[in-house]
Amino acid sequence: MTNTHRDHDGPEVDGKPIGRRTILGLIALAGAGVAGGKAVQDGLAKVLAPIELRDPSGLISLIPVGDSFRFYSVTGAVPTKDAQTYRLAIDGMVTHTASYTLADLQAMPQTGLVRDFQCITGWQVPQVHWSGVRLSTLLDRAAPAAGATAVRFRSFDGTYTESLTLEQARLDDVIVALQMLGGPITHNHGGPVRMYVAPMYGYKSTKWLSGIELTDNAESGYWEHRGYPIDGFINPSQGQGA
Amino acid sequence: MTGTVRRFGKVVRAVHWTIALLMIICIVTAAILYNGSIGVAIGRRHLVELIHVYSGFALPVPILLGAISRSYRLDLRRLNRFTPRDWRWLRSRSRRDGSIKVGKFNAGQKLNAALSGGAIAALLGTGIIMYFPSLTRLSWRTGATFVHDWFALAVGLLVIGHIFYALKDSEAQCGMRTGRVSASWARTEHAAWADEILGAPQDVEQETLH
Repeated sequence: MTNTHRDHDGPEVDGKPIGRRTILGLIALAGAGVAGGKAVQDGLAKVLAPIELRDPSGLISLIPVGDSFRFYSVTGAVPTKDAQTYRLAIDGMVTHTASYTLADLQAMPQTGLVRDFQCITGWQVPQVHWSGVRLSTLLDRAAPAAGATAVRFRSFDGTYTESLTLEQARLDDVIVALQMLGGPITHNHGGPVRMYVAPMYGYKSTKWLSGIELTDNAESGYWEHRGYPIDGFINPSQGQGA
Repeated sequence: MTGTVRRFGKVVRAVHWTIALLMIICIVTAAILYNGSIGVAIGRRHLVELIHVYSGFALPVPILLGAISRSYRLDLRRLNRFTPRDWRWLRSRSRRDGSIKVGKFNAGQKLNAALSGGAIAALLGTGIIMYFPSLTRLSWRTGATFVHDWFALAVGLLVIGHIFYALKDSEAQCGMRTGRVSASWARTEHAAWADEILGAPQDVEQETLH
């Protein structure tokens, strides 16, 4: 070697800095993916969705297209409830408390919705079919007391809670969901009964719903204690500035 | 010690094993967060998420801290630089027969290092976007989730490939465990590096000396 003061450096370090270029290239690719990934994902989902339906091996579903549900549970094992054991309590500041069975809820007028499911972290599921009872229907039957201004949801996982203001709770697209994706709500999706608050991020839609309580203020729920905004509107112009 | 040569210094090995531990924690927690059946069975999403996120935040720390060591910086330089021989090695079908003299790292190891490094940076950046939703707009968070998923899949494959090659070569494992490898292994697997630290093999040396 000509430069003897670098006697530990073999000819190996004279090459081109491909490693650095690779790293910078991947960072640039990731940046482009952040900006344009949503469009790519929507395109991929359109191509792969029909293939996935006919794929008996289930391997296609392992491809991280990103248009599928991710299942969140914040506790250990969640008990399983069925049509016999399920009850939905309506209590708190109401004139008529109630305890509904699954059959009671199924006998009420059903509302269908087709909406994109949106998680605050970014993942989304396009055009999910939901149906269930409008929360406003249950609130009307319970007849909130004069001072009631908010609704608190409980989960039979024993931990999760969420809240809406009474005004938000009465929106037409806030339902106590009994069906999603064209069938009964599975356990992993929070069945047999869960909330679906269509205009808000997923964390506002309590899974494994066990109770609806009328209160005099909208309390922070599980994820809100951990940093998420209590006002969960996806479209900020719908927010109440809470 | 006769018959062995020093391959990796203490700092290099400490960085390697710290990254290995953090990476495995990230991969296991990622599986719980990503796979619905495992996720619901294990539950405790917030705890799993915290472990995943903080292991991920910690991942670049040993990579950067290692730079206090001169031998670590030199190893990084060797990994960074690709010579014409590296491209020939990558294209060759008989790359393992020793006819192309390999330096301290073969081109596959260099590629693995560069891809892993870039992927870790991409995962860190997109992870920050996902973990702090108030930082960016929703469409970027969707894009970040998309990128994070694909890079995670790629890193998983890289790690599996890395472990697969390591398991096939106990001497290479020894090098990363103890820091030393046998001179004969160095001559076979990394001939150019062996020439550099041990001098050219005896018979060749005689010829060049006379």
